[in-house]
Amino acid sequence: MISEHLIIAPILIPFVVGALMLLYDDRQRQAKFWLSLISVAAQLLIAVELVVRAKTGGDISDAEGISFYLLGDWAAPFGIVLVLDRLAAMMLVLTALLAIPSLVYSGAGWARQGPHYYSLFQFLLVGLNGAFLTGDIFNLFVFFEILLAASYGLLLHGSGQLRVRAGLHYIAINLAASLLFLIGVALIYGVTGTLNMAHLANLISAMPGEDRPLLHAGVAILAIAFLVKAGSWPLNFWLPTAYMAAAAPVGAMFAIMTKVGVYAILRLAMLLFGETGGASTGFGAGILIVLGMATILFGLLGILASQSLGRMAAHSVLISSGTVLGITGFALAGGGQAMLSGALYYMVGSVLATGALFLLIEPMNREDGGIAAMLALTADAYGIDGTEIEEVPDVGLAIPGTMTVLGICFALCVLMLAGLPPLPGFIGKIAMIQSLIEQSALPAGFAWSFVALLIVSGFATLIGMARIGIQTFWANDVPLPRVLAFEIAPIIALLVILSLISFKAEAMLRYTTGTAHALHDTAAYAYGVFATPRAADRPDDEGEAPE
Amino acid sequence: MEIILSAAIGILSASGIWLLLRPRSFQVIIGLCLLSYAVNLFIFSMGRLTPGAPPIMPKGGFVDPTRYADPLPQALVLTAIVISFATTALFLVVMIASRGMTGTDHVDGKERSQ
Repeated sequence: MISEHLIIAPILIPFVVGALMLLYDDRQRQAKFWLSLISVAAQLLIAVELVVRAKTGGDISDAEGISFYLLGDWAAPFGIVLVLDRLAAMMLVLTALLAIPSLVYSGAGWARQGPHYYSLFQFLLVGLNGAFLTGDIFNLFVFFEILLAASYGLLLHGSGQLRVRAGLHYIAINLAASLLFLIGVALIYGVTGTLNMAHLANLISAMPGEDRPLLHAGVAILAIAFLVKAGSWPLNFWLPTAYMAAAAPVGAMFAIMTKVGVYAILRLAMLLFGETGGASTGFGAGILIVLGMATILFGLLGILASQSLGRMAAHSVLISSGTVLGITGFALAGGGQAMLSGALYYMVGSVLATGALFLLIEPMNREDGGIAAMLALTADAYGIDGTEIEEVPDVGLAIPGTMTVLGICFALCVLMLAGLPPLPGFIGKIAMIQSLIEQSALPAGFAWSFVALLIVSGFATLIGMARIGIQTFWANDVPLPRVLAFEIAPIIALLVILSLISFKAEAMLRYTTGTAHALHDTAAYAYGVFATPRAADRPDDEGEAPE
Repeated sequence: MEIILSAAIGILSASGIWLLLRPRSFQVIIGLCLLSYAVNLFIFSMGRLTPGAPPIMPKGGFVDPTRYADPLPQALVLTAIVISFATTALFLVVMIASRGMTGTDHVDGKERSQ
């Protein structure tokens, strides 16, 4: 009986832990750290178990691979429903895989720079996990707001003028985007009378022609809100500054926040405008392709123009989102499952790599006095006496050969982001390019220019990052930075995961192929919800024989 | 009634968008408030406008749904109000912090002439 409630655990665990930690003040930092770590580790275990469950329908997923959870035991579509399919399970694992290293990293120092860091971190996870699991558009809005509210707090964590200014822009943009989200939701409800994604997917094939323009308008407005989150050009000018201003572990978590927007677009686009969309099939595909290409171009130029590694990392987040957005457009236009599978594989790799890069930035630039100045500033702001700060470096073990280790980590991140072998960036890009060239359903010009952009963006990443690497590791005679083992271990862990993904590429690609297949075959999702029995209607276990 | 409501939504969102594009952070926050009022009214109107119809149905027996208003948009509006209220309050705090740190209420933290 417990196992069927496992679906809601990724939302409940961080929620309870986060709320519990609010009750104690920040002097209990050690306890909070371990509690958070246990919570995230539990989420990882549950996410892995959920992946196994999502895979049970055989290699190519069918209805058995999708599990539904009726909240409050209300029958769909009247109540809110949580849906666990391959895509959602994969995103849950990705979130937890990214959360553990950045949590460990922040335990080494960042967490003490402001109040309630660990609670905010857990609430961010509530929002992320909830957004991946929910099957209801308004519920998606609520989880988006939870994750955004937590991200506002995390972005401002550590304070300082740069962060407050970036935070002001970030919050204003996201509040405006949330209002667009609501307008879209209201329009969809006004036309169809439902907010359940599966129900919408059912209704759309038989929808009368005169209602379609209004539904399209609603979904398009909704998509603008998602595109703002996904960092699509031209809605992404706030993103590099905000991501650069964020504290290092927060920046690493933000690497997955753009992917929430991409996830929402992918999910809704495939459900509503996939092959079963009737007259609406393929709606918005061209726009997504063009926006994806423009985003890659913007990120590419941004990387070449950036002078600091932080800004470069933010632009590489943009390239990765643009790639997946463009491929979503191609898949929507009938490009086939192979490229979507490659894009999902690439997304996992690039999220982990950009996360590792964000964690690397701060140790690499430490000798510039970045953290020392930051510590002094926040010590003033929070009235912490200097003695506590002074003893920080003695807490952890400093690693030997700092620059060598940092340099190797940096080089691996660059290899991944530039799409060079043997890391997953290469395999993902190969899979995408191969299927883009092979398919014939799309105008060849689009496909070829996308292939060109993919390759050129990798090249630009290589040039930009190599420039920064030379400046930092070769042309630098300042004293070596002191990097704690606690800070370098998460980065190494992320890189080990990346190489595992590379070694296990076949198994991973088989999983993402199944995911792409399930995304194209919407019937299991759309009708499965209604076949889910309510707990109240279900016969009890055999143990309790009726009188 | 339809004309009054749509005019209200239109005027609120027009003023909201104009204020949102202004350079002073106070204008931005007022603009966001006005926009959220407009959006809330819009969600409400998506449940169709029926004067004098209660949204809550009595329990038991036959109920004629046409005599009742759609309760769902009203519930959505409540949620949206709570969320936008909270996030606006948070925005206000950040705005005040920015004002305190930079000494100006320009959204970029500095006057354009400087």
